[in-house]
Amino acid sequence: MNPAVLIASIYVFALAAFLGYQVISRVPPLLHTPLMSATNAISGISLIGSLVLAGSAHYPLFAHILGFIAVTTATINVVGGFGITDRMLKMFSKRKTEQAREAK
Amino acid sequence: MTLSTYFMEATYLVASILFIFALKGMSHPETARRGMFLAEAGMFAAIVGTLIGTHIITWVWIIAGLSLGSIIGAWMAISVPMTAMPQRTALSHAFGALAAALVGVGEFFVHAGDMPGITRGALGFEVILGALTTTGSLIAAGKLQGVIHGKPIQFKGQNAVNLIVFLTMASCFVIFCMHPEASGVFYTMLGVAFLFGVMLVIPIGSADMPVVMSLLNSYAGLAAAATGFVLGNNVLIIAGTLDGFSGFILSVLMCKAMNRSITNVLFGGFGAVIAEATTETGGVMREITIDDAAMQLAFANRVVFVPGYGLATAQAQHAVRELAELLEDRGVTVKYAIHPVAGRMPGHMNVLLAEANVPYSALYEMEQINPEFPSTDVAIVIGANDVVNPDARDNPKSLIAGMPILEVDRAKSVIVLKRGQGRGFSGLENPLFFKSCTSMLYGDAKSSLSHLAQAVMHV
Repeated sequence: MNPAVLIASIYVFALAAFLGYQVISRVPPLLHTPLMSATNAISGISLIGSLVLAGSAHYPLFAHILGFIAVTTATINVVGGFGITDRMLKMFSKRKTEQAREAK
Repeated sequence: MTLSTYFMEATYLVASILFIFALKGMSHPETARRGMFLAEAGMFAAIVGTLIGTHIITWVWIIAGLSLGSIIGAWMAISVPMTAMPQRTALSHAFGALAAALVGVGEFFVHAGDMPGITRGALGFEVILGALTTTGSLIAAGKLQGVIHGKPIQFKGQNAVNLIVFLTMASCFVIFCMHPEASGVFYTMLGVAFLFGVMLVIPIGSADMPVVMSLLNSYAGLAAAATGFVLGNNVLIIAGTLDGFSGFILSVLMCKAMNRSITNVLFGGFGAVIAEATTETGGVMREITIDDAAMQLAFANRVVFVPGYGLATAQAQHAVRELAELLEDRGVTVKYAIHPVAGRMPGHMNVLLAEANVPYSALYEMEQINPEFPSTDVAIVIGANDVVNPDARDNPKSLIAGMPILEVDRAKSVIVLKRGQGRGFSGLENPLFFKSCTSMLYGDAKSSLSHLAQAVMHV
């Protein structure tokens, strides 16, 4: 990594941190559990690093195996995380609670 | 750069933007779900972009990993009950962090020789954060699930041992940054980081789990961001940083809600100290019968439910909602007061009540509901203890002094649903139970609540 790339990366990091602070401090406590599982699913983006490790040319077998495990765990994170977040958010939608009341 | 590389970078940019929109959508329950679809689309785009843009020749491992992960992930998403959400999230932190750590090990294994110093520094961070989050989260999940005992595990000289472990890890990191070929040092660092994760979480009691969960969330995100630095990949940096900061903000909020510092949570070993420091405050607890309690509720104007973790362990969410609906049909105004640390992870109680079809508009945060207690006729405390302990406000010597509480003792009358006469999670005496306006209703929360509901029907 040359210094120019490093500096650019630090810029990205700092701006993302600032933006993250602004956006996330607006999330109400009501949604903190879905927020945590959602950000957790989003950080499963390390999947794309795992994909490269698991499938690139000229990599030794050991790297492929590490990559395979990483792809598996990261995918669990992404699929499980988004799935469960959606399940929770469905419960918070207005329509559902109204239906439940009407059904009664 | 070839065309496919440009395409890949474009998908990364799109994914980053969609992730930010998704988190912005989280600011309201009505937009949150749509936001998540954006994030899913972003993730999908980034994966497709990567598969097209990088020179992948071996598909076997990728397809196997993606399918196995999808099956396990989908199974978890469908089958996990809402009460087990904290464990599931902790486990998920462990998986995400393990992926980051393994990518780091793989990078080292393949490119060890030709890595510049800065990249090795980032790699060190990635591997350390990834490894300690993996084991730390597994321990946290074990404690939450009850596989490992929830009480803090402490021994003499613990902090000294932790310091030595930490210093070993740090010196390995420094040596590794200076000597690229020192693979022995690298793997020692990895091993010590795994150990450090365990050491970090075992002294922390279950009651402090909301803070630990948020911190581990933050570490898992930062590990992903460090991966981004190693690979020179911006979408990893952005997504990882968003996760890291979200976890950090949540841990600060949780610490504020318990009036404690992060260092105190990590090194304090809360529960163990307290058991010895409690004093008896004597007094008489007044018991109430189901019928009297039902009478009080049925003729009240305003009722506030105060659920705590005991409600979740008794699986009484639905029973609460049924009682609340009966009261509402009689014209009683019913609200729910949610303390920020009610439950085992941030916001957990809201999810449990939402699952039981309680409309989110009836859920009130501590700051909103506290001014309303003086005009409340009956406050019903269900399986909560420390978060309604007036000692936190009135007694500066109390071990939870300064912790913000739900001021139920200002209500006209209070009914406490409790399993038995014992103390709560932290072992503290609660003067609320001895007040003249307070009456106790002993028994399992779920059956008490359904009996109450029946009695209210017959009033």
